[in-house]
Amino acid sequence: MICFGKDRKEENVNRLEREYQVVVVGAGHAGCEAGLACARLGLETVLFTVSVDSIALMPCNPNIGGSSKGHLVRDLDALGGEMGKNIDATFIQSKMLNRSKGPAVHSLRAQADKQAYTDRMRKTLEETDKLTVKQGEVARILTEDGRVTGVETYSRAVYHCQAVILCTGTYLKARCIYGDVSTNTGPNGLQSADHLTDSLRELGLEILRFKTGTPARIDGRTIDYDKMEIQTGDEQIRPFSFSTKAEDIQKSQVPCWLTYTNEKTHEIIRQNLDRSPLYAGVIEGTGPRYCPSIEDKVVRFADKDRHQVFIEPEGLYTTEMYVGGMSSSLPEDVQFDMYRTVPGLEHAEIVRNAYAIEYDCIDPRQLNPTLEFKKIRGLFSAGQFNGSSGYEEAAAQGLIAGINASMEILGREMITLDRSQSYIGVLIDDLVTKENKEPYRMMTSRAEYRLLLRQDNADLRLREIGHRVGLVSDEDHEYVLWKKAKIEEEIKRIGKTNVGGNEKVQRFLKEHGSAPLRSGTVLGDLIRRPELDYEMLAELDEGRPELPEDVREQVNIHIKYEGYIERQKKQVQQFMKLEKRSLPEDIDYEKVPNLRNEARQKLSRFRPVSLGQASRISGVSPSDISVLMVYLMAQ
Amino acid sequence: MFDDTIAAISTAVSASGIGIIRISGSQAMEIADKVYRSRRRDKKLADVPSHTIHYGHIYDGEEIVDEVLVMVMRAPRTFTGEDTIEIDCHGGIYAMKKVLDTVLEQGARIAEPGEFTKRAFFNGRLDLSQAEAVMDVIQSKNRFALKNSIQQLKGSVKDKIEKIRKALLGEMARIESALDDPEHMSLDGYKDHLREVVAEQRRQIRQLLSTVEGGKVIQEGVRTVILGKPNAGKSSLLNVLVGEDRAIVTEVAGTTRDVLEEYIHLGGAALKIVDTAGIRETSDLVESIGVEKAMEQAGQADLILYVVDASIPLDENDQRIIELIQDREAVVLLNKSDLPPVVEKERLEALTGKTVIPVSARERSGLESLGSYVESMFYKGKLDLPEDVYITSLRHKKMLEEAQEGLRQVEDSIAADMPEDFYTIDLMYAYESLGYILGESVDEDVINEVFANFCVGK
Repeated sequence: MICFGKDRKEENVNRLEREYQVVVVGAGHAGCEAGLACARLGLETVLFTVSVDSIALMPCNPNIGGSSKGHLVRDLDALGGEMGKNIDATFIQSKMLNRSKGPAVHSLRAQADKQAYTDRMRKTLEETDKLTVKQGEVARILTEDGRVTGVETYSRAVYHCQAVILCTGTYLKARCIYGDVSTNTGPNGLQSADHLTDSLRELGLEILRFKTGTPARIDGRTIDYDKMEIQTGDEQIRPFSFSTKAEDIQKSQVPCWLTYTNEKTHEIIRQNLDRSPLYAGVIEGTGPRYCPSIEDKVVRFADKDRHQVFIEPEGLYTTEMYVGGMSSSLPEDVQFDMYRTVPGLEHAEIVRNAYAIEYDCIDPRQLNPTLEFKKIRGLFSAGQFNGSSGYEEAAAQGLIAGINASMEILGREMITLDRSQSYIGVLIDDLVTKENKEPYRMMTSRAEYRLLLRQDNADLRLREIGHRVGLVSDEDHEYVLWKKAKIEEEIKRIGKTNVGGNEKVQRFLKEHGSAPLRSGTVLGDLIRRPELDYEMLAELDEGRPELPEDVREQVNIHIKYEGYIERQKKQVQQFMKLEKRSLPEDIDYEKVPNLRNEARQKLSRFRPVSLGQASRISGVSPSDISVLMVYLMAQ
Repeated sequence: MFDDTIAAISTAVSASGIGIIRISGSQAMEIADKVYRSRRRDKKLADVPSHTIHYGHIYDGEEIVDEVLVMVMRAPRTFTGEDTIEIDCHGGIYAMKKVLDTVLEQGARIAEPGEFTKRAFFNGRLDLSQAEAVMDVIQSKNRFALKNSIQQLKGSVKDKIEKIRKALLGEMARIESALDDPEHMSLDGYKDHLREVVAEQRRQIRQLLSTVEGGKVIQEGVRTVILGKPNAGKSSLLNVLVGEDRAIVTEVAGTTRDVLEEYIHLGGAALKIVDTAGIRETSDLVESIGVEKAMEQAGQADLILYVVDASIPLDENDQRIIELIQDREAVVLLNKSDLPPVVEKERLEALTGKTVIPVSARERSGLESLGSYVESMFYKGKLDLPEDVYITSLRHKKMLEEAQEGLRQVEDSIAADMPEDFYTIDLMYAYESLGYILGESVDEDVINEVFANFCVGK
């Protein structure tokens, strides 16, 4: 830690003063997206990081995407974010998950070369006009009359600005722990940021303390892969970004490996539970249920005799391997013994120990859905600082915070995505509306309209918004408009194309194990049969035009799942009724008669922006919403 | 502003048995035309002038439900400001309920508490100063309805619904955890399993529906006291009545042995037998508490079942009871009618001025006649239940039907070989619908269940 002597309180010292439009605090996945968005929208932006060598660092799992997280990346990309492009350029294995399930839950996941990922993102930042990267610790937020005016660094430099975006990740007062070893560092032994929390408290913000963890890294040369199952990527790689051409990224991929814990592993864990800081009560932060440590799994699922362990490469630049499924905060010697019980890891040498990390973050209900603090104009925040977890969740918020900080400065309308538009909308609405007791992770089951929020149609849903904001090029936007038109046209044509029960058709059906036609029908009816699809029926469809694959895919999904899609659209209509009704910023809930007390308190405290958001606050009942409606009407 | 059509019984239900079913909304005319027929069957309510009254019948399919007067009022000059139909029923609460049921089946939705008033307000039919009153109505009616909805639900029914929900939740969590973590969890062979679970839960719901249709879900009934001198056979008769349907017997939680209440169902009517302890205890001691205490209870009862032992002569106890029931709703049960009679039906009828039904607790005979007689008392408006009880039960029914429909969709999806993620859409719908009955929202149930029961995550 840097220190300039004792006399830090003295005023009128000589110091550096600079002027920017936006200050972004932190250059992780949220900070990078936020900084890029602001600079690309034309604002002078400075991006602070405790270490320029740790830009877009992946301190935990070496992959991007996965179930529902892949959706976030696709949505972010459609809006003009960077993460999708960055992983397309640096992945070493790629896989579409849930292929055998419905299109709504297909999800892309790619293993990253961590170093390449970091390097490419850094290069992108450095090549972006109006974006300055700066190493330093922001220690204070400066405000005047409830408005951000700048920040002060630990070195006492002052950066005047109109908006600040806090993306401090897990660095605020971070503490890493395993066994009885505890260091006041951020992830990966990096310097923590110890001063900002106090400044935030002084501004009246409510601070929480969360916890997460990571498994050990093992030297790949000491792993016996013969004892593990190989996990390979897809043969046909699909890119994350709508701007990446699939043919440009086909390459040979690196395998991952699957192995299992066993009774011996569990025995060692059970015997040493008293030495676990979690169980001994040394760690007080709230940990995530979806990312349990191995000791948690052994305790909570005592009846399971084994747990899966994924061995994943950290990149091509190193022999280090990530041990997915075995995060831990047990002491070093226990970790050593424990990992060595796993088949294939008998001779494993640990490069980095597993550890748990605690950090300061906020209760995100202090934010508007725009990610601006309700209390302080111009102060935005994103990522793990907002109580989420995961690179993708962070990046998605970073982009929105960046866009909205820019919109505010430019005097344009901020954007809020709703739950029926994007996974990003679900993510942010959940964060700013619901009480969150652990780091929040995206899941497809959180998206009630997930059939509409597919990863395959993110461009159709969001390109236009990205274009309006100014992050999507005219060309990309025009392509989406063209694509939409083509899809509609083709769906219409298919609905009108008759198929008779002639010999050719019956033979085709028989060959594909499908029941013969008793009378003529339209092509769409055949596409809806589970054993058939749009592509297969090309044979019977003489008038079919030449269309690109992404159009054909949409046509197929639309026709095949039409009934379900229409039902969800109806639900969305219902949902939008309350969502569209905004609540005035200055509404005084004390003056609304007949609200129940609990509802009155919650509404006064969290100040929802719409009746829809109000209805999702726990403790606000449907009749309170009716009462509010009547009140608004009477005003 | 509102795109659905609502309906409810809009008058307080009185013993007179006349009440109004109000339908309001854009499809009010259309729905009314589906259930109403004029005498010559040639009238379309959609075509008649506004603010006119029409005589006819309400039909459920080909079955006449009630003879009615229908008032047709078109927007905007109506209470709610929407197209409104008011159906004047004559047949008492049961007919009213049936009419409302029929209307709901044709596409109306049961009105939320205070909803007519709310619509009136939003459509500018009430002035601004009344807004506060409207809010008050909404809030207080809701509070009452919610309380009713849950409290009126019988313990056994609540348990059943909770069980069904738990089963559905378990399946949703299983699917969701597999979707979330496809490399850890497989759904191989899952369809067959789910098909069985869904079929079983549908059976359970069907059973509940048959219960709700008989009005048996609600923990409310006509306050009934069984009177009779010692050894007239009150306890054995009660045992027979209760034993007819053991499943519906509930002992109110927290009550002591001596203030038991029991519910029996006769011809679709629920009777709450008060202070059964005094009767149920078969020991002579309790029977010997005698008429005194039962007489006290009878003072607050809506219906008295007076049990007479046909095999022994009437005595001064009977004399007192007969006096008591003179101006009360009562039925006389001539028990032990299988034995050589000492007391005759006609004489008893003359003495009491009430209907006398011969029964035999031992041979379980005569109970059907008792059932249809009690039911007829409802039709004639002699007996009555609070309106809210029926409304609540209609809501329950509707929600059970929705749940059933959701599960049917799941079965369709399985049959159509849809991927597993489609199942949760309708499983969730069923789960939510059942939740409304219990006054429970969904929130993060599935996610919590996933974390509790499935070891997911890196």
